[in-house]
This record gives sequence, structure tokens and C-alpha cells, in this order.
Amino acid sequence: MTTGEVKLIGAWASPFVMRPRIALNLKSVPYEFLQETFGSKSELLLKSNPAHKKIPVLLHADKPVCESNIIVEYIDETWSSSGPSVLPSHPYDRAMARFWAAYIDEKWFVSLRSFPKAQGEEETKAALAQLEEANAILEKAFIDCSKGKPFFNGDNIGYLDIALGCFLGWLRVTELTGGHKLLDEAKTPSLSKWAERFCNDPAVKPVMPETAKLAEFAKKIFAKPHA
Amino acid sequence: MAERSEEVKLLGMWASPFSRRIEIALTIKGVSYEFSEQDITNKSALLLQLNPVHKMIPVLVHHVKPISESLVILEYIDDTWQNNPILPQDPYEKAMARFWAKFIDEQICVAAMNVVGKTGEEKDAAVEATRDLLKFLEKELVGKDFFGGKNLGFVDIAATLIAFWLMRTEEIVGVKVVPVEIFPEIHRWVKNLLANDVIKKCIPPEDEHLRYIKDRMVKLNIKPA
Repeated sequence: MTTGEVKLIGAWASPFVMRPRIALNLKSVPYEFLQETFGSKSELLLKSNPAHKKIPVLLHADKPVCESNIIVEYIDETWSSSGPSVLPSHPYDRAMARFWAAYIDEKWFVSLRSFPKAQGEEETKAALAQLEEANAILEKAFIDCSKGKPFFNGDNIGYLDIALGCFLGWLRVTELTGGHKLLDEAKTPSLSKWAERFCNDPAVKPVMPETAKLAEFAKKIFAKPHA
Repeated sequence: MAERSEEVKLLGMWASPFSRRIEIALTIKGVSYEFSEQDITNKSALLLQLNPVHKMIPVLVHHVKPISESLVILEYIDDTWQNNPILPQDPYEKAMARFWAKFIDEQICVAAMNVVGKTGEEKDAAVEATRDLLKFLEKELVGKDFFGGKNLGFVDIAATLIAFWLMRTEEIVGVKVVPVEIFPEIHRWVKNLLANDVIKKCIPPEDEHLRYIKDRMVKLNIKPA
């Protein structure tokens, strides 16, 4: 069923919310964006996602779908005849896309998030080393998955590109505030070039927050204790 | 005779819920496979080669290529062998199945493990937290034989972790986390599982399993509550 109103409960700064927005753009599906106010949760959100009370939540004909990567798969399957395929078609490639998406959320993003929390030189060095290790793993994953093409998904951006690319805005903010290069062209040349291509994709550009705006928002929400 | 690349191999561990999930799925699909029992306390070179990122079982090898992470493997199995589907066909139902499986692994499993070894107020809080999460699953079972409806599905396979690891070990751990008074649907579902031929074939034998858990608790210096 592709008929029925589409709404997305989310917030402009959330990388997880970006994921379904990119997918909806790829499929040219119009939707109403219901922006949550930072610091409070709407009745609709609490009702639609009682288990996690988190954004994003996709509402398709009022039926809620939760968890960003699950929403992306849902969008791909529901609007399968529209736009390019978001998931690869071969079962092994699909397994790799899902494996790496899980790695990104469970390991890579955790490393990225621990970087600004690090206090003092020792902790910062350790956090940086952990992130560099994760980046090296993803650099190899990119080479394996892309098979010489511009994106993880091949010629067009797909599930895995979206799963990682949504964090690029926050990565840039972390680089600015931390004063450290986190995605290094010398160490991860393929990923660095991919990152630029991803950010320039027409499905991504409209929903990728400006770095300056995001940095200002970050200052507001993260009260970093002075070293 | 099947080509070598057609062969299916599973690196697993007899007492692991994640490994058993794969055996259940392959059995549902009628796929023959070679099982390679792994010693997770002394990881083999093969395991480290096939899963360098996480160094964990289960790992499925098909067409010589390795796949890791149990839920990813289950989806691969469903994508590759189309008979007896594990996931629903409808995209919305499929999304719900994926949601609950993820909820089981990321929320329930973590909360349940947090109960082990705790005492007093800490224990009570951990039990309460686990029960709050289980209540969501309890609701999902109302009016259904299995999470998958009439037949075993993706969520049932993932939830065997609850039936045969969380619930089975309650006596040893010393905490009744899932009493029948609070979770009648889950208890009814476990009875349905136990009557299912695939489940009967694929879950670890109870006595041996309980002995193993007891031994592990002793080794890890965890006392029952």
C-alpha cells in the first residue's frame, strides 16, 4: 500500500532522523515533517513510540514505524517501484549492508560520541585512536562494498551510505570544536572522497544541517566542563 | 553431490542463544549445514579470520563467504531460501518484526543480563526494568500462537533467548523474572514453542544446559540471588 499520508516525527539536527528523510527524498515521497521541540516529547511521539519514546517515527496512514534503519528498509519496500533501490538486491550484499550499518551504530558512532566527552590529553588521545581504528575498518568496508563505484551501494547512494553519511554533519562539528581532523584524507582517502560525494547528493543536500547552525546547537546542548 | 561453494557451514556454540537461532532458521528452511563447534574461551584462527570485526559466533559461511551477527544472518537465510518464510511479506509487518527482534537484543537481553549477580534493592530494580520491557512483548502475543502468527517467525526465533535462556535459568540465578501471574501470554507461548518439532530439535538439552550455566556462574564468581 503506497497510498496514505506520510508524516515523519523528527528534529532537524538529528542524524537518525536524516536517514528516513534521505530515503523519502530518493523515492520522491512527499511527507509532512513534524518537528519535535528540543527538550520535550510530544503526545504523538509518546503514543507512536511507547517502547523507546524516540525520534524518528514514520507515520504511514497513521501506522507508526520506528528505528531509523528499519524505517529506511520500510520505505524501500513500500515504494519499491519508485526511484533507485535503497538496499542492494543480492542477499550477500544486503547482509553486508546490514552488518556494517549495525557496526556503525554500535561501534563507530559510539567512538565518535565519546570524543567530545573525553577529558584531558590522555582520554582525548584514546578516543581519537579508537575512532581512527573504526575509520580504518570502514575504509576497508567501503572498498569491499563499493567495488570501485562511487558509493557503498554502487552507482547511487543506498542504505549503508545513508547509515554512515547521516553523521557527517556532527563529525564536522566535532572536528571544529575539538580541533582534530577526524576523517583524514591521508588515512582514509576513499571514505573522505565518498563523504564529499554523499553530502552533494541531491537527496541529501536539503536535509543535511549547515555546520555553523549545528555547531551553535551543539554549544547549547552540550555543556562541556572546562579542562 | 553439491558443489563446494553451495555448502553451508555454521560456526557456533551449543549453549549460545545466538548460535541456536541460526540452527532453528536453517532447520525451518530444510537447509543442511555443517556445524563447527567453537570454543569461545579460546577462539580458533578460523573464527578470527571469518569474523575479524567482532570475533564472535555465530558465523554463517555460504558460497565461501562469511556472514556475522545473528539477526543479519537470519535475514540472509530468509533472502536466500524462499521456502517457509521467516519474515512477514507485508512491509509494515516486516518492519514490526525487525523492530521487536532489535528490541529483544538491545533492550531485553541487556536488562536481563543486568539482573544476574545483583542483590537486594539493586536486584529488585533490575528485575522491574526487565519486566517493564517484557510487558511490550506480552501485549504482542495476545490472540496469537506465536509472534509470527500461526507459525514461528523472525521474532519467535529471536525471542527463544527469553524462553530458553532467561526463563530456563531463573532457578539457578535465583530470581523469578517472568512469573506466570504477570506474563500469562509469554508462558502460553513457551508451551507452544515446546510443542514445535523444530524448536524441540534445536534448543540445547535442558539438563546439560543448566549444568553449563551453573558451572559458568561458579567460574565467574556469581552467586545466585
